[in-house]
Amino acid sequence: MRMRLVLKEMGVGLRRNLSLTFAVVITVAISLALVGAGILIRYQVNEMKDFWYGKINVSVYLCGPTSTEATCAGHAVTEAERTAIRAKLESLPVVTQVYYESSEAAYANAKRLFRNSPDLIKNIDPAALPESFRVKLSDPKRFDVIQSAFAGQAGVQQVQTQSDVLKKLFKLLNGFQLGAFFFAVALVVAAALLIFNAIRIAAFSRRRETGIMRLVGASRLYVQLPFLLEGAVVGLIGAIGGAGILVGIKWLFVDKALRPNIASINFIGWDWVPTVLPLLAGGAVLFSVLASFVTVQRYLRI
Amino acid sequence: MIKFESVSKVYPTSPRAALADVDVTIGEGEFVFLVGPSGSGKSTFLRLVLREERPTAGKIVVMETDLTRLKNRRVPAMRRQMGVVFQDFRLLPDRNIAANIAFALEVIGRSKDSVKTLVPETLELVGLEGKAQRMPDELSGGEQQRVAIARAYVNRPRLLLADEPTGNLDPGTSVGIMKLLDRINRSGTTVVMATHDSQIVDSMRRRVIELDAGHVVRDQARGVYGYAP
Repeated sequence: MRMRLVLKEMGVGLRRNLSLTFAVVITVAISLALVGAGILIRYQVNEMKDFWYGKINVSVYLCGPTSTEATCAGHAVTEAERTAIRAKLESLPVVTQVYYESSEAAYANAKRLFRNSPDLIKNIDPAALPESFRVKLSDPKRFDVIQSAFAGQAGVQQVQTQSDVLKKLFKLLNGFQLGAFFFAVALVVAAALLIFNAIRIAAFSRRRETGIMRLVGASRLYVQLPFLLEGAVVGLIGAIGGAGILVGIKWLFVDKALRPNIASINFIGWDWVPTVLPLLAGGAVLFSVLASFVTVQRYLRI
Repeated sequence: MIKFESVSKVYPTSPRAALADVDVTIGEGEFVFLVGPSGSGKSTFLRLVLREERPTAGKIVVMETDLTRLKNRRVPAMRRQMGVVFQDFRLLPDRNIAANIAFALEVIGRSKDSVKTLVPETLELVGLEGKAQRMPDELSGGEQQRVAIARAYVNRPRLLLADEPTGNLDPGTSVGIMKLLDRINRSGTTVVMATHDSQIVDSMRRRVIELDAGHVVRDQARGVYGYAP
């Protein structure tokens, strides 16, 4: 097998349909970037889960003198109710630690938290801040156990967790991820059809050559190889482009736009580059070769 | 060299058989004309020998190989021992003459050295020495057909098939092509040529197999075109 000649054939094929080659490269690149973005969002969600779940407290707010909830029965939490609540919290296996925070401590925390907005602090009445139990869980994902256990409990005004907020955020991110994968699937289909057409046109425009090859007894592999290599090269260029887009998106959105402005979220770094990018690129090349192979089997008589 | 045993070929698009129960034996080194009107089955005969088609019924043996039992992956190896020439030359317009001929060797993996010696040798044989660097469209029809013959012959096949090789050429040029095919035949290559050029068949006085509507209606050792038994 004379590889130089096979490569020359391939080059001729790629140049002959330059516009279609470009279309395939761009489609492969964008679909790859989208698949990659979906994976990165997944990584980001996991990163945030690990980070946040380590810090999550469930807060069980107790009734104050002005609480209107039915469980408060129009009065502040009584000593007996407080003791009962603490005992119930400590009896739950999922609870590892219980802290008590009085109204005064809550006021002190609020003062510290809003130290840059004195007007806001001025308007807070220390008595209006409810006392609470801060609860640490062995498995932060099971905060709903607390919620259901204290629903209707006398003296409890509200059970709250940061998880509620996080859950919404995760839902949003999962939505993004789903959207990215959905568009990626649509684009992958488009890429397959484009490769299919590109190789079909390449096969058609080289029918003289392949016809002669067939008649003089060139092997099946020799006839087909330039087309498969065309698929591989297009896939590879698309993969490189897609990787570039992905790295660009992560740099622009995460490193330049989000990270400097949101300090409380742990963003993903670059450790996915050596694992995810080769996998995606390999997948893109394999996919392109496969699409070419299927086309060649159908449209190239041997 | 070629043996057809009760060979029939029916194309799925046509109700009539292109070849019907054909028995033909062609020996090593023969020169055979395949004659008959258009649609009589000449091209089908050649396509079956090339194994571009498989027969609907019967058995075909070419160069000691049973084509009806030949595996697909063995077909290229068998075709390397054959050469084919067509009415429309089928040269590659973007390559010069030498590259057109070299193409046939390169795609079957022959070495650079053998290409370097075989191409000029074959160009000389077909009488085109000195035109190696010309492009196909710079040559006359007759010269282009010589290039096509050179390409078919450059690998020194045992069997040369020609489908109306003089169909696009004027009588004077055709004579030159026939002389060339005759020379190739005298070097030991079996030649099977489909034609309806009566002048050529009459002047060569070689074996004639006549087909009509898929049947062999005549097989004559030193025949002429319009012979009526």
